[in-house]
Amino acid sequence: MRTVRAPAVDDILKEFGSDRTRLMDIVIAVQHRLGHVSGESVRALAIGLGIHPVEVEDMVSFYSFFDRDLHGRFRIRLSKTAISLIKGARAVASAFEDALGIAMGGTTPDGEFTLEWTSDIGMADQEPAALVNGVVLTALAPADVPHIVAALRQSDRDGALPSYPPHRVLGAALPNANVRPGLVKAGPLLSDLPERGAVIKAALAMTPEALIEQITSSKLRGRGGAGFPTGMKWRLTRRSKGDEHYVVCNADEGEPGTFKDRVLLSEYPDLVFDGMTVAGFALGSGQGLVYLRGEYAYLWDHLQEVLESRRKSGWLGKSIGGRDGFDFDIRIQLGAGAYICGEESSLLESLEGKRGAPRDRPPFPTERGYLGQPTAIDNVETFACAARIVEKGSAWFADQGTKLSTGTKLMSVAGDCTDPGVYEVPLGITVNELLDLVGGADAEFVQIGGPSGQSVAPKDFGRRIAYEDLSTGGSTMVFGRRRDVLEIALQFAEFFVDESCGWCAPCRIGTTQLKLAMEKVVAGRATRADIAGMEALSHTVMRMSRCGLGQMAPNPILSTMNNFPELYEARLREETFVPTVTLDQALREAVEVQGREPVAAAI
Amino acid sequence: MTDKTISFTIDGIRVEAASGQSVIEACDAAGVYIPRLCHHPELPPSGNCRVCTCTINGRQSAACVTPATHGMVIENNTPRLTTDRRTLIEMLFVEGVHPCPYCVASGDCELQALGYRLGMTAPTESYLWPRRKLDATHPDIYLDHDRCILCSRCIRASRMEDGKSVFGFEGRGIAMRLNIDAEGGLGETQMAAIDKAARVCPVACIVIKRDSYRVPNGERRYDKSPIGADIEAKRLEPKP
Repeated sequence: MRTVRAPAVDDILKEFGSDRTRLMDIVIAVQHRLGHVSGESVRALAIGLGIHPVEVEDMVSFYSFFDRDLHGRFRIRLSKTAISLIKGARAVASAFEDALGIAMGGTTPDGEFTLEWTSDIGMADQEPAALVNGVVLTALAPADVPHIVAALRQSDRDGALPSYPPHRVLGAALPNANVRPGLVKAGPLLSDLPERGAVIKAALAMTPEALIEQITSSKLRGRGGAGFPTGMKWRLTRRSKGDEHYVVCNADEGEPGTFKDRVLLSEYPDLVFDGMTVAGFALGSGQGLVYLRGEYAYLWDHLQEVLESRRKSGWLGKSIGGRDGFDFDIRIQLGAGAYICGEESSLLESLEGKRGAPRDRPPFPTERGYLGQPTAIDNVETFACAARIVEKGSAWFADQGTKLSTGTKLMSVAGDCTDPGVYEVPLGITVNELLDLVGGADAEFVQIGGPSGQSVAPKDFGRRIAYEDLSTGGSTMVFGRRRDVLEIALQFAEFFVDESCGWCAPCRIGTTQLKLAMEKVVAGRATRADIAGMEALSHTVMRMSRCGLGQMAPNPILSTMNNFPELYEARLREETFVPTVTLDQALREAVEVQGREPVAAAI
Repeated sequence: MTDKTISFTIDGIRVEAASGQSVIEACDAAGVYIPRLCHHPELPPSGNCRVCTCTINGRQSAACVTPATHGMVIENNTPRLTTDRRTLIEMLFVEGVHPCPYCVASGDCELQALGYRLGMTAPTESYLWPRRKLDATHPDIYLDHDRCILCSRCIRASRMEDGKSVFGFEGRGIAMRLNIDAEGGLGETQMAAIDKAARVCPVACIVIKRDSYRVPNGERRYDKSPIGADIEAKRLEPKP
């Protein structure tokens, strides 16, 4: 049994200067060095930071990757998504259960392994996938499982906790620890890449105002899906008064089915850092931050090496590109398993070391963002686009795509198609054209924009991927004819239950109520009145929720109702009322207490 | 008295506001009631319950966290908003355990009063039957977590008014709970019955012991007049 020593916590606090705003890093270190965040650690953190234990617990208990209790030394987290399930994740889960002798959610008696499900880990193109202490395992088959378990038992024989973020050593020792490159089709954005430094030289040839004007005239819009004009965001941020201005890269790519930011960060990190650096120049900012989702911790070493080499060659740090006074550096902040942190105001809260609950707006981050200072938060892909626009000009960019949606878009495509991966396509492409590219002609429906997006039926495959039609961050899940549409809608509903932050009542309770209602439909127990109730509730949740998560959470239910009414019809009961709780369920507790089943005649 | 420099309309009624006021503050002062649950006039707003959501300039926004600005056009008392608010109240009823007929707060409870005001009969959503522990460790106060609606009033009051940080949130989503700044329960904290945090709970989660039936049922606040009537009375009073 490992015991927690407060001195270890003190060392960690010292490492981060006992800075309350670095609580994410501090707790990540405690979690991974001590195995969990015990009551003793919480007290030591509170004392060291001069805050109340309840404030530490408030933050720690929010993130999926932090534990209050000791779990297995190896943490196997299998990705549970609509895609992983059709690719056989359940069989892989059973294989792990058999190999370890525990059920999902359990820990082996020797304290070595904990096995559990997790939300999408950004590997939709190579599911079933899993995280083992931060190492990504992909394309898993049940036959791989005994080898993985054996290799884990072999590693770290001294019983020490594996390091985190994971070093390549552990990864190299494990079967299936290989993330395939994801890019299938490059377009102008990812072709003829500039030499390192070219983008920054081009920026330095302009004034910051001219650079922002160039971004504005390219009509670049946010690639996370919301589509806010990037030039306007930069102008607003630059104009806002503050002691410091911040550039934040949203790399909390959590929308199930998307993985294009993974591809950009692993294969084109210089482009992303170029974009952030020119944003720093444009905004007069000295500090950039990348909020990297915890699931992508395996990219940590690689990204740090790229940053270090940029510093060495003078493209990051002091006097960038030889320009006196142009000082800009980038820090990577790791997340810890919370989808909501992809929402920009939640991301800022998390970046400041708090629970990732969204903020009310106004004020907007452009006025008061990170640490209350003007902040421009943009998606990974947006920064990559900005870098190329600075290098090649706004006309080059605006020539592609549609009038309202200029440029190309990286689409993450997975599911029932022959060639899953990332496709760079011009905005305005139809769903049909995209399906032809990926080998998904057999699609029954396509989920565009992840669970919070739209279920698009074949009759609408002529619709366009563009801000003015199907606006998306890029997640594209293709489902073939043999898939159960309602099961998939239920899986999406479960996802929102897991990821609702809980701050506001309509989303916290509404997502659970929608899941229960959808379960009743899938179980073939719902009536017409239940469907009407579910629809009314969906609209209330959309209208009353605080942030985009709740406002979008009913989308899969409403859009499948719209597009596949016959599937709902087929499962409806004719009665006017069917109770949600069956008699059996109502009696279960009494049966357990009494230790005997009721006599049939008595009921 | 601050200068009323801003004016807006709510359901066609013209309201004047001072700069820095939220929509709900300005409307309260003007005698226009916007239903609300987590908002408390003496605490900073936090936007947990969303009951005060109005249609402001065509967008859904919570009145407690929206600054009043000149020329706003607000819809408040519309059938759709009333339905949405009633659904929210129903959701809070099924999330916890709220047996009004034998609850100590009956007649003083803002959740119950809003249920009446918004026309709720019985919840139509599924009961979630949470299992939460009652905390009776404090000599003068008990905490009935089953009643908690996560409005955060006690958290804010304890932090901002009492300077104690006795309360916080724990967990996320539907598993979120009110948490106490001590492993052994409320009795181990600095909480006192005279604290602000002990007097702002809208339901019967934070209850002062030996005090519950000083005012008998039938003679309590909302037994006599509906919630919001005090605010609305301001508008009906003749101006001096």
